[in-house]
Amino acid sequence: MAKIFAVTIIVIAILSAIPILRHTWWMAPDISTHGAPIDEQMSETMAEAGISFLASQILLAIFIWKFSQSKPGEKIRSFPGGAMTMVIGAFLLVGTEVLALGAFGAKAWASIYFTAPAPNAMPIQVQAGQFAFYFRYPGPDGKFGPLHPDMISEASQNVYGLDIDHDPDAKDDIVTAEMAVPANREIHLLMHAKDVGHSFFVPELRVQQDFVPGLDLSIHFTATKVGRYEIVCTQLCGLGHYNMRTYLSVLSQQDFEDWLKKQAASQ
Amino acid sequence: MHDMSAHAHVAHHAPPTSFIRKHIFSLDHKVIGKQYYGLALLAVFVGMFLSWLMRLHLGWTNLTIPGLHLLSSNGAPGNVMTPEYYLQLMTMHATIMVFFVLTTAPFAAFGNYFLPIQVGAEDMPFPRFNMMSFWITFAGFVVLVSSFFVGDGPTLGGWTQYAPLSAVGSVAGPGEGSGVVLWAISIALFCVGQLLGSLNFITTTLDMRTKGMSLWRLPLSTWAWFITSVMGLTAFAVLMPACILLILDHVAGTSFFVPSNLVISDQVQPHSGGSTLLWQHLFWFFGHPEVYIAIVPGMGIISHVLIANMRRPMLSHRTLIYSFGALAVLSYMVYGHHMFVSGMNPVSSIAFSFPTLIITIPSTILVLIWLGSLYGARLRINTASLFALGFISMFISGGVSGFFLAQPSIDIMLHATYFVVGHFHMVMGVAAMFGIFAGTYFWFPKMFGRMMNETLGKVHFWLTFVGTYCIFMPFHYLGLAGNVRRYQAFVVDYMQPLVPVHRFITVAALITGAAQLIFLYNLIHSRFWGEPAPENPWQATSLEWSTPSSPPPFDNFGGKLPVVYHDPYQYGVEGSTGDYVMQDSPEQIETVRDEG
Amino acid sequence: MATTIHEPPRIEERRHPSPISGSGNGSGRGLVPAGGNLRSVQEYAPPPASTGIWVALAAITMSFAALTSALVVRKGGAPDWRHFTLPSILYANTLVLLASSVTLEISRRRVATFMGGLRSRVANPARWLYVTLSLGLLFVAGQYAAWRQLSAQGLYLATNPSSSFFYVFTAAHALHVLGGLGGLARVIRKLNQFVLRRSTLDATSRYWHFMDVLWVYLLVLLLMKL
Ligand code: HEM
Ligand SMILES: [Cu+2]
Ligand SMILES: [Cu+2]
Repeated sequence: MAKIFAVTIIVIAILSAIPILRHTWWMAPDISTHGAPIDEQMSETMAEAGISFLASQILLAIFIWKFSQSKPGEKIRSFPGGAMTMVIGAFLLVGTEVLALGAFGAKAWASIYFTAPAPNAMPIQVQAGQFAFYFRYPGPDGKFGPLHPDMISEASQNVYGLDIDHDPDAKDDIVTAEMAVPANREIHLLMHAKDVGHSFFVPELRVQQDFVPGLDLSIHFTATKVGRYEIVCTQLCGLGHYNMRTYLSVLSQQDFEDWLKKQAASQ
Repeated sequence: MHDMSAHAHVAHHAPPTSFIRKHIFSLDHKVIGKQYYGLALLAVFVGMFLSWLMRLHLGWTNLTIPGLHLLSSNGAPGNVMTPEYYLQLMTMHATIMVFFVLTTAPFAAFGNYFLPIQVGAEDMPFPRFNMMSFWITFAGFVVLVSSFFVGDGPTLGGWTQYAPLSAVGSVAGPGEGSGVVLWAISIALFCVGQLLGSLNFITTTLDMRTKGMSLWRLPLSTWAWFITSVMGLTAFAVLMPACILLILDHVAGTSFFVPSNLVISDQVQPHSGGSTLLWQHLFWFFGHPEVYIAIVPGMGIISHVLIANMRRPMLSHRTLIYSFGALAVLSYMVYGHHMFVSGMNPVSSIAFSFPTLIITIPSTILVLIWLGSLYGARLRINTASLFALGFISMFISGGVSGFFLAQPSIDIMLHATYFVVGHFHMVMGVAAMFGIFAGTYFWFPKMFGRMMNETLGKVHFWLTFVGTYCIFMPFHYLGLAGNVRRYQAFVVDYMQPLVPVHRFITVAALITGAAQLIFLYNLIHSRFWGEPAPENPWQATSLEWSTPSSPPPFDNFGGKLPVVYHDPYQYGVEGSTGDYVMQDSPEQIETVRDEG
Repeated sequence: MATTIHEPPRIEERRHPSPISGSGNGSGRGLVPAGGNLRSVQEYAPPPASTGIWVALAAITMSFAALTSALVVRKGGAPDWRHFTLPSILYANTLVLLASSVTLEISRRRVATFMGGLRSRVANPARWLYVTLSLGLLFVAGQYAAWRQLSAQGLYLATNPSSSFFYVFTAAHALHVLGGLGGLARVIRKLNQFVLRRSTLDATSRYWHFMDVLWVYLLVLLLMKL
């Protein structure tokens, strides 16, 4: 029984590792300018965690195999070096490993979160509400009109609560249900939650950020590859959570301008 | 003579005679332990049943499940589960499992039964509190389950109950009104129950040890329960007021967690200025220690079980205890790792990341000591030791994914995906369950005086071990591919190719779940018709095997407390008659020292 | 529970030779443990009630600490926070509660003398306990009056976060004081039945004094923050 158990552990460990090594299921290719350190950190961690995983499982299996066979009367032996080796080993190996991961990880994090958006970054607002995202472009005047929560109305399609009649800034605001951005242009995304908590996740863009009701946050990113990607909500927000999604189109500058004009015309 | 001492006070209480006093409102820690075990057993089968329904739905979204409308006609019209009903089942599954199974079974059930015996006491010092602890917890369970039948059903907000979804009321969705209130009442009750339990555990360990039982002579299981009760005391004392504030937001119209100007169904909500992150801070301050409350007793139990089956003490008794302690202390400094992308200050993310990474050091020490102790041992393979070894394997597999989640940069990709679900199911769910199983197969003879069936036990082990890997390993792959958690169907384009993986998982989950029925059968059958247990079936050394009978008499040691002469794990003793010496045996031996 | 044997209470002894009561590490028969680990064998363990009360106080402290941090977070950056003046009766209540601690201390001494066998010198040891109990009740009534004062000003639980926190803190504290009153009543009952144990009395009074300290802390907190 012990031998079968040992073999089973090893087989499970190796089978578990195969899809990882072959990248059968893996992160979608990165299309952002800030994602490289994340990917690097991921592979680094995968290597170290993978080695720890395989080594410990195999060691466990070997010991089970070997030490369940002892003949009666055989004396108990102890691991040479005893517990102290274990403790020192854990501190040295895992300690340096996690400090290194922590330091590089912190650097990667800082490169994303501790930088301000460039002054010429393009502002786009996104509003998350039960179960849809809406995007707002400031229009030719470059200004967003103020929000009036009491004027929000699904029926009249005023999802943001804009007062077009009285706020001149709101007049030319363009509200869309999908997002489009020009490639290679920094975007400053202003995040606003209409009702409960939501999240903005685009795997290809290496972006995930919660919407916090009552607290407007912003993130910034640059998409480099033209294409159509999905934006999904990752914060449980109610019964339609699974279907709260829309598309992000990364367009060439020309295509983007055409798109924006078309959207403006249909307002 | 009337003795003034508090212990004597406990010692003198006479065995009850009425049925109610004996089996229902009993003050006996052993009966209370069994009651907790029974509650956990009931809860785990309810929770598992819910997970079956969830898994079926995730594999085949439009599946008709015959009879489902009987459970809820709104939730499953035409026997097809609605999206909201899926989330409601999911929330109940998680809450039942985390609170009423993983906290009650390894901690409250086994702890109640064995902690007093292992320290050599006749009972806990406050038996009335102990009884209340169980019945309040039970009331919490009843309140939680009752939400299935009240109003528009249980809450759908997940076991984390993030505000404002949880705090604005039924406008936010089905179950977000009365469902959340019942949830919060249930959890607040649960907290009170566990606070009373922790109070007893701590005082028993500190004050009720028998003669000769110094702290270092306590078995590892007792240490684990003791450290867990200290964590419980701190964590549940924070969650309870948080639940009360949540209830007030519902029933009294306060705005602790609901900010201004929320618009739901075109209506501006009548709340102002509340802080949604406040709930997250309060919840996770409890929540992270809670995962250690679930796992540390398991670590103690499997160490205890393994030692008896390795016929040698651990390489270092004290290092294990210090590591438990380190986990407990660190668990309060890491909770922010659940909030990396929550909008919390990004500097805090880094501040929370380092302690989270550092917590892997005591975890690694534990694993290395377990592995190192196997070296040169005379390992006996039985169901209990198989589950104990399986625990180690699961703990390793679940632990390594912690390296990823501890780093905020990687968490951008993995937060709220199935990767997290895989991580915590393996390390907390399955590992803790393995601890419960190991404890059950090991201690059943003591608790019921009969042996469990080994053949059935091994079948149960094999199906469970392979099955849980088949279920939870693929979760990690799904997470890497960006599969978001808490989705009732995978309509997102890039998730549709992942549905076959979900189907595989569903099949594995059904089989593994069915295997648990073997365990249930074994439990019930052995309880009544099992082979009578010998006095000390595992040739183990700690005090629970020194009681005069199995199950132990009302006062545990038959009117005479044991005196302890030895460290807890004197196996492989030189020059002794057997290869082990009981803790209370006056035999003079050369103490088996560990190289600590 | 305890089979109550009606015999006059005595001062609690630290060690007791009965083999049954030999819990708490090494009291009793004086056998030498074989492991040679004598150093680590304690001689005396405190009665569980005195450990238990510290543990309970730790849990209560944790809960109020959680509420305090909730107050700090909720107030920070909230535009809707309205200040109000605390009802003046609170100061009178504070004095009442502090006085009750003094009377409890007096009665504790008297009961100790009484239990020490000097019964003739202490006519009615429970008298000061009754005084303490009444002061405690007066405090709770005073807190109720404070709530009435506030609601007369139109400040209810949900009016503003500041009033919400006021009610939550004072109600949570009052509930704990009511628990303490229950404990005092139990002490009086046991004293009258001659089954009071010293550790019970000590634990109850420790709890009571803690309610004082907690209240003073809360008063300062509310003064500063509301
Ligand atoms: C090896 C050390 C560990 C590390 C470094 C670690 C790290 C983490 C991190 C960072 C998260 C948050 C992931 C996210 O939300 O994005 C997490 C989630 C979780 N962990 Fe661990 N963990 C460790 C061990 C444990 C243990 C021992 C348990 C249980 C006994 C556990 C149970 C959980 C649970 C239940 C969650 C999910 C919470 C949710 O619903 O979001 N973890 N872990
Ligand atoms: Cu959403
Ligand atoms: Cu955590």
